[in-house]
Amino acid sequence: MTEITMVQAVNHALRDEMRADDDVVVLGEDVGVNGGVFRCTADLHAEFGDDRVIDTPLSESGIIGAAIGMALYGLRPVPEIQFSDFIWPAFDQITSELAKMRYRSAGQFTCPMVVRTPYGGGIRGGHYHSQSPEAYFTHTPGLVVVVPSTPYDAKGLLRAAIRSEDPVIFLEPKRIYRAPKGEVPDDDYTVEIGKAAVRREGTDFTITCYGAMMPVAMEACEKAAEKGWQGEVLDLRTLLPLDEEALLASVTKTGRMVVLQEAPRFCGFGSELSAIVAEKAVDVLEAPIKRVAGFDVPFPYTLEHVYMPHADRVMHAIDEVMTY
Amino acid sequence: MTSDMLQIISESGKALADDDTDLTEDQLVAMYEAMVRTRALDERMIKLQRQGRIGFYVPSTGEEAAQVGSGMVFESKDWLYPSYRVPGLFLMMGASLDDMVANCYGNEADLCLGRQMPVHYAFGKLNIVSISSPIGTHIIQATGTAMAMRMKQNNALTATYFGDGGTSSNDFHSGLNFAGVDKSPVLFICSNNQWAISVPIEKQTASKTIAAKAEAYGMPGVRADGNDVLAVYQVCKQAADRARAGEGPTLIELMTYRRGPHSSSDDPTRYRGNQADEWMERDPILRFRKYLERRDLWSQASEDALQQREKAAVNEAIKRIEKLPPPTLDTMFTDVYAKVPPHLRAQYEELVENEGTGHEADPDAAFPL
Ligand SMILES: Cc1ncc(C[n+]2csc(CCOP(=O)(O)OP(=O)(O)O)c2C)c(N)n1
Ligand SMILES: [Mg+2]
Repeated sequence: MTEITMVQAVNHALRDEMRADDDVVVLGEDVGVNGGVFRCTADLHAEFGDDRVIDTPLSESGIIGAAIGMALYGLRPVPEIQFSDFIWPAFDQITSELAKMRYRSAGQFTCPMVVRTPYGGGIRGGHYHSQSPEAYFTHTPGLVVVVPSTPYDAKGLLRAAIRSEDPVIFLEPKRIYRAPKGEVPDDDYTVEIGKAAVRREGTDFTITCYGAMMPVAMEACEKAAEKGWQGEVLDLRTLLPLDEEALLASVTKTGRMVVLQEAPRFCGFGSELSAIVAEKAVDVLEAPIKRVAGFDVPFPYTLEHVYMPHADRVMHAIDEVMTY
Repeated sequence: MTSDMLQIISESGKALADDDTDLTEDQLVAMYEAMVRTRALDERMIKLQRQGRIGFYVPSTGEEAAQVGSGMVFESKDWLYPSYRVPGLFLMMGASLDDMVANCYGNEADLCLGRQMPVHYAFGKLNIVSISSPIGTHIIQATGTAMAMRMKQNNALTATYFGDGGTSSNDFHSGLNFAGVDKSPVLFICSNNQWAISVPIEKQTASKTIAAKAEAYGMPGVRADGNDVLAVYQVCKQAADRARAGEGPTLIELMTYRRGPHSSSDDPTRYRGNQADEWMERDPILRFRKYLERRDLWSQASEDALQQREKAAVNEAIKRIEKLPPPTLDTMFTDVYAKVPPHLRAQYEELVENEGTGHEADPDAAFPL
């Protein structure tokens, strides 16, 4: 066990998978000698060389398109998009090509790969270094969408993603890239894709969350505990395919649900969670579902701290579902 | 010089330049036969569409030399990223008429299980990658495969086919740019048929030629008369030799003309006059036939036999394929992921509850996990 950051966890997962499998290659902007602008690919170039740690031209559709061609040929590419806000030039490659290759060829061609990209607010990055794009991808059949919230999960999920036969969009919450640190084993372990984790057990209400909102949910539950309400924090970890069983089990147990996400509320991923519970478990609900999300505005710069959901705002929602 | 255009056979079938290629007489005849087979398939399939027996088709009439001349240079280890207008290439690489026809019917015999429109073929065993509709996306994928081949140093190459319209796409740029930087073994083959549906080449680019664009990507750009199968072969062979020798990519522009409609959904009389007639005289098949006749490799008797044989072969394939049933309902839910996830299994079960399995012979067909 070592205490490391999420950046280090990602780095170690890449390093270990590259050591274990010569077909694993990393490509993207500044991932080589520079080790990535967030340092996630640090030291990889020195160990694995130009052919396996590729500094590409500045073209996101080029990075993903080339990675698809590599994966089709049998490599295991792990392309990095420097910020998820710049992934849109590659949206066509991801949704039209990557997500559909297996289906449209009836399994004759597949392109397993992991598209790694830092996402989310909290680093004073303005519109284009802060957004949370998960819903654009969870709306696309054929993709797997994973969002870790701890260094342990980041390493275990990334290793599992690299070994997966499906294309994975791996969204890294950059707000918690460097803190808090977490205990991570040095040995070979993976975290199963498609399984949520209960971060805190409770009986009175459920908060669903993922990525950088997990610590916010935990903090809000501390506040709720002061009022005598015990919250359960369900960290989804994989958004697609969703661990629906864990979701329904938790809400059935608590009867109340707060949905937390930092992306804009309207048509956000949390809306799907609300719909699933409304369709399948409405009879267990003791209060209407409450969503806590980013506002339906472009991500602001100066007022970022107001935009981002924080424990007090979550606490308002808890108050509402508990006193309904 | 990128504005020069290589021609080897004149319209009357005379050798204009050195026609002493490495192709044997048998190969020359086989190339001619492949061109005729391609046209026989195209003509029959467009008729089937007109009769309402298949939903859609894209003919390649007039562009057979571009497909067959280039198709001669590939080996089984090479990978192809085709456009939708190269049926002759697939036949040359070993696709069966049954597989081609089944794709257009989209029934249970379709290698892609009817999941895409007709002409969006994929031949896994032949390394012919699945075609998608978005124009240009495959160009950079071809480069990615070629980058992997360069790393593995196995003398294999990729080739990708696209139209003049495709050269305006984002991934034409990323594909050529990445390949130029990486020196990947890839042939970028542009069939410049001068139209992108109704948009003429002058509205597609202000560049004098497509080949000229190669310069900016640091690779050679070459042009050939795309209706001259020997010229096509020669430029492609040279590019393939360079690629295999580790000398990097080439942009190849094949000058031709889209003689028919863009697809079965298109009516070209709305946007162009009878320019196509002029191109009838430059027909690539007729031209090559005259050449072979001059060399005493072809006769009227062999022509009659070939025509009859190829038309019959297409008709027999249609007879075998047309009667097959559509894919079963479970195929709507498989191959989305490597394993069917719980939510798709639930959706399948709900569908079956409402509509049955869609497979009368075997109502208990197990859902593949
Ligand atoms: C990205 C995209 N935009 C538009 C279309 C619709 N479309 C299909 S084919 C075509 C023209 C393509 O022309 P070209 O690349 O010259 O190939 P050709 O059809 O002449 O062989 C268009 C506009 C598409 N399939 N994809
Ligand atoms: Mg065209």
